[in-house]
Formats: sequence, C-alpha cells, structure tokens
Amino acid sequence: MTERIRISLKDIVNNEERMASGHRLCGGCGEPTVMRMILHAVEGPVVVSTATGCLEVSTTVYPTTAWRLPWIHSAFENAATTISGVEAAYLALKRSGKIPADQDIKFLAVGGDGASYDIGFQWISGALERGHKFVYVCLNNEAYMNTGIQRSGATPLGANTTTSPVGDVLQGKTQWRKPFTRIMAAHDIPYVAQASPHNYRDLMMKAKKAFAADGPAVLNVLAPCPRGWRTESDQTMALTKLAADTCYWPLYEVDRGKTIVNYKPREKQPVSEWLKAQGRFRHLFRPANAGIVEEVQEHIDREWERLLKEEAAG
Amino acid sequence: MVESKFLPLDGATSVSQAMRQINPDVVAAYPITPQTAVVQNFSQYVADGIVNTEFIPVESEHAAMSACVGASAAGGRVMTATAANGLALMWEMLYIAAGMRLPIVLTVVNRALSSPLNIHCDHSDAMGARDSGWIQIYAETGQEAYDNTIQAIRIAEHPDLLLPVMSCQDGFITGHGVERVGILPDSDIKDFVGEYKPRYALLNIDEPVTFGAWDFTDYYFEHKRQQSEVINNSLPIIESVFKEYEKLSGRPQPVLDMWGMDDAEYAIIVLSSTAGTSRAVARRWREKGVKVGVVKPRLYRPFPEQYLLEAIKNCKAVAVLDRAISFGAPLSQGPLFTDTTAALYNAGISGLPVVNYIFGLGGRDILPDHIGSVFSDLQKIASDGQRGTMVRYLGLRE
Ligand SMILES: Cc1ncc(C[n+]2csc(CCOP(=O)(O)OP(=O)(O)O)c2C)c(N)n1
Ligand code: SF4
Ligand SMILES: [Mg+2]
Repeated sequence: MTERIRISLKDIVNNEERMASGHRLCGGCGEPTVMRMILHAVEGPVVVSTATGCLEVSTTVYPTTAWRLPWIHSAFENAATTISGVEAAYLALKRSGKIPADQDIKFLAVGGDGASYDIGFQWISGALERGHKFVYVCLNNEAYMNTGIQRSGATPLGANTTTSPVGDVLQGKTQWRKPFTRIMAAHDIPYVAQASPHNYRDLMMKAKKAFAADGPAVLNVLAPCPRGWRTESDQTMALTKLAADTCYWPLYEVDRGKTIVNYKPREKQPVSEWLKAQGRFRHLFRPANAGIVEEVQEHIDREWERLLKEEAAG
Repeated sequence: MVESKFLPLDGATSVSQAMRQINPDVVAAYPITPQTAVVQNFSQYVADGIVNTEFIPVESEHAAMSACVGASAAGGRVMTATAANGLALMWEMLYIAAGMRLPIVLTVVNRALSSPLNIHCDHSDAMGARDSGWIQIYAETGQEAYDNTIQAIRIAEHPDLLLPVMSCQDGFITGHGVERVGILPDSDIKDFVGEYKPRYALLNIDEPVTFGAWDFTDYYFEHKRQQSEVINNSLPIIESVFKEYEKLSGRPQPVLDMWGMDDAEYAIIVLSSTAGTSRAVARRWREKGVKVGVVKPRLYRPFPEQYLLEAIKNCKAVAVLDRAISFGAPLSQGPLFTDTTAALYNAGISGLPVVNYIFGLGGRDILPDHIGSVFSDLQKIASDGQRGTMVRYLGLRE
C-alpha cells in the first residue's frame, strides 16, 4: 500500500453507529465487536448482506432491526452471491442514470465460518472469480454456533463440538482446519487478510484497504464465541490476542499477491496456552491426549513457517 | 393494436427476444438444456451492447436465483431462466424470492427431473415448484412464450402484487421448435413494460431497509397468510394485464384458452404444447359430429378455479392430462388433476366423471391417436355411467 491509511480513535467515537445496540447476541460475543469495527472503517453508504447465523438471527428479530443501513439476509450459503446481485443492480442503475454518477455505495457480505468455509464456499468462490467489487467478511468462531456448536471446516483438531464430541473412542474433531484464507488468496483477488479484534487498528486498517481495493476482497476475522468455546465472556479480547501470540491465528494480509505478516510475536507462545484457556479443549490435557496437543502444535508450526516463507518470497 | 413483425424463431429464442426488448437491469443465469439458448442469446445481446443489462454469469442456478434476489431487493428489474435440475437447485431460493415479494421473472423451459437423467420435456420441474408462491404461466407455442414473458414483467411488478412469475414452455417441443413468431416493435414493448419503481430498495440509501428478517412464532404465520392473500386475489390484476396486452398485440390472451367449449360434452384439460395436438384431433372429432372440446389453462398459479368450473360444468366426461406425476398422491395422479377435482369438490359438483391421463414423461411423444383414445374413453365413460380407472397412461409400454 502506497497511501497511508489512518485510524483515529476520535473519528471512531464521533462516527455514527450503524449497527445499533440492543441486539440479542450473547454478552462477550466477538461478532458484533468485529462488525462495528469494520463498519466504522467504511466511509459513506454501505449495503450489507448477511448469511444465516448468529449475527443474522440476533440482529433482525422482526419487527426490530439493529441495522441503520440497507441490509439483506437471503439464505445461509449465498451472502456473497446476494451482494453480487446488489452490486450488479447498482452498476446497471448507475448506467441508466437512476443512481447519480457521483453516488458511491460500498458492498459488504458477511458470513460465519460455517457459511464461508463450508456451505457457501462455492458461492464465495464464484463471486470472487466474477470480480464483483465487494468485501467478504468471515466472522470466524470456528463452529456452527447458531445451531448449537457443531463442527465446521474451520474447527481445529481436537475441539469438542456437538458433532465432534468427546467420547470413549474419539477425542473431539479428528481433522485439522481448512486453509480458507490461503484459498481465498489463491483466487488472485486484490486483497485478502486475516485479522483479529484485539488489534483493532490492524483490523480496521485491513477493512479500509479491503473497501479501497480494486475488486473483491476477503477478511477472515477471529470472533470468539464464549458459548461454544466454553470461555468467560470477559475473555474475548484476551483470547484473540493469545491466538496471535501463539501463531494459532496469524495476522497477515495478501495485498495484490504480496504476503505481509502484520504481527510476529517476539516470543511465540506454545499453543497449549491457547488450548488451555478454553473449555472446548479441556479433554486434550488428559495424559492420553498429549499426542493431539503435539499434533496441533505441529500444524501451527508448519503453517507459520510457510507463512514466513511466503512473506520472504515477496 | 400494433403490427407484429414475423420471424422464424424457436421458443427459447422468442424468450430471449422478449428479454432484449424488456432490457432488464440484471440477468443472472446458468446454462442447462433446453434453456441454454435463452442465456446464450442474451449474452450475445450484452456483448453487442444491444441491452444495458448487467449480466451475471453465475456458477450455479442456486447462485442465479440468489443474485436475482439481491438485484431485485436492490431495486432492479431482474430476469433469469432455467429448467429441470436447475430449477430444483433453485428451490430454496424460489421460496425466499416469493417470501420477500420480489418481482423476478423466471423462464422455465420445462424438462424432466432426474433420476434417471433425461433432458426432454415434461412438467415435473415446474410442478415441483407449484407451491412456492410464484405465479405460473404455461405457453403452448413460441409465440405465447414471447407474449407471456412480456406480460410476466407487468404482472410481477404490479404494485398490488410484487410476486415472482415463472413463465413456462415445453422443452424442445416449443423450446427448440422453430415457428412463425410475431415480435412487436421494441418501442411498444418498452412502453408496455414501463419503468420499474420499487417500493423498497436496498440501493435507496436514504431509506435503509432490512430485508429477510428473522420471524418468530409471533409473526411468521401472519406473513405467510398475507402472501396467500396476495396470490388469492391476483387473478383480476393478472387479467387486466392480459387484456391490455391483447389490445396491444391483437392476440387473444385469455386465462383459459378454450376450443369447442360452448357445447362440448367431452373435454380435455391440458397445459402447454399438447393443447395444440389436442385441438387438431378435436377438430376431426367435431367433423365426425362428436361434441368435443379442449381447455388450456394459461395460468396454473393462481389456479383459475372459477373459470375452469364454468368451462366444464356441462360436460358429460372430462379428461385431465398431466405431464407430471405427484408421487404418492392418490394413485400417483398428476397435479393438474388434483387441482381440478379439488375445484369440483369445492363447488359441490360430484356427478361429473373426471379421469386423469399421465403422458409425455421424459419427452415421450404424445400422438394424435393418444388424444383420440382419450375422447373415445370419455364417450365410453359417459355411456357406461362408470368412471373406471382414475389414473391412466398415454403412450406407455406396460
Ligand atoms: C441450507 C441451510 N442449511 C442449514 C441451515 C441451518 N443453519 C443455520 S445457521 C447455521 C450455522 C451457522 O454457522 P456459522 O456460519 O459458523 O455462523 P455462526 O452462527 O457460528 O456465527 C446452520 C447450520 C440453514 N439455515 N440453511
Ligand atoms: S452463541 Fe456464540 S456466536 Fe452466537 S451470539 Fe452467542 S457468543 Fe455469539
Ligand atoms: Mg461459526
């Protein structure tokens, strides 16, 4: 990025809240925090399309709505495609003069990790390939929370979910997670980033870059779920920091093909610190499961090394 | 009335001609036989700059309808086309489009559903969507497919309706069949369809709206009831559009197309292209002095109950021809039969024998002799005073 984008706390405080309080997301939920940060980073009008999931059901309980902006929910898998339709109509109506030429509207699609990694994967991929100018945000809490904590393609190895439960034979999810951010970047779109709300400046900067990109952009943002992670609601921000410090959730961006790692912990913490902090991993600390913790650490190390190599390759 | 220009066109191309004249804001579509020509022709219009449309070449039919939902909620005039498995893949989105009251126009070039895989005509695709809240119009010819596409825009976007419309025609039979199709002048179609003025639009940023909210037990039921109220009362509005277009085109646009029904004793009720075959046979039977008639509903949803009852109430026996099976319904009858007999029951008419014929599944030919056999059966039913087998099959090896 050549231009310097500034994030000023004063601006944020003075900005209008476009996602109102009074919604029904749980206390400590990472989703509204991330959403508000992103909306504060967008200047001017924005249309939002949201996939089915916690954010959607909790913010639009009829006849109320938390959205002070044009907002649509159509289904679970198609937030990206719904917004591509909106963007196409915008282009057409601009061309026919029904929307003034100087009117600039931005487009945002939001889905959970289930909506993004799993059921809506093809829909997102198609929208990216077609090059609609929109930002896709994955609010990643690493499981299907809205339906009661089922495993998704984002759930890590060993996590206890209601469809990867701990039992006499199995000890939580038996697979690692899908490299969603890398796959998004492999679409060769202008901007892809991974972010986390504890570093709000980094997240908002990335949101600004995403909206400024000349084409589609994707943000994959860690958004803890106290319910599903079995954590205290006041630990949300601390957890996301721990995720970055253990390199479990590296903060990085792929800006026009160039990988930049935005945060390198001075001392990489062992992943067990991250696991220990959450009830969904509690069983991993039984002596018999030591191998699973090691395996998680190996995955983290490999991904981190690869990321550093990608950055070095330029 | 304005003069049409006559061109040799297949049914799919007639639809793309209508779409060219309508010049919608957004078309999102995906290829599937026998609908592909619609998308291909339209892509060419886009490539040649003949239309101003934003064309979204989506990666699936589910995405096609998803993009249509977004574009229509945004405030655009939106069209798409599909068939068979493509319509099946859209199923979730059909209900969402109707529930959000989005006036999307969808051309369906009817084709059999898998499995087994078959690309030829039957109505199982659109019939599977008959309860989705869409208005359904069925065309007999390429001409009707053209005319219906244009009228569908006005019906869908009528401020008192705001309902999506499915405009159907028979795959291959009319979809690929070339016939003489009268095309009205571009400017008249432009005037006829007018401008779409959405009541609510995402792109109206000064009045932010929430589309697709979460409805609990306290509201969902009322919203669904409102939806049924709209479609229940849609017929007069649909008819007013039909009449207006009839005046413009000089081509009759009835709710039910009827032949010989003034005094028919034996009638066939059938949708789409088979009505043509049935009329040709009926003409010969009339020459023999038998009072036969043919009723072709152009509209299937809303079901034109009163018109249909009025048409057949004095008959001695009636046959309903279905190009689809409603598996597991009584004797796995067809949907048109179910609706017709329900209408008779609702009106308290019990003395009229009505039989069901399933025909033409997977593109099986329906021949004049088959239609002739139906009229013979109806005569026999009337003279015996016995309905006999309720569900019968035409052109089937058993
Ligand atoms: C086609 C379809 N399949 C399944 C569902 C049920 N469903 C609704 S939300 C959801 C999980 C959402 O998970 P995610 O996308 O991770 O969002 P979260 O609730 O965790 O924020 C599921 C399975 C649905 N609404 N639609
Ligand atoms: S269940 Fe989890 S994701 Fe859903 S609202 Fe509660 S904390 Fe947020
Ligand atoms: Mg989730």
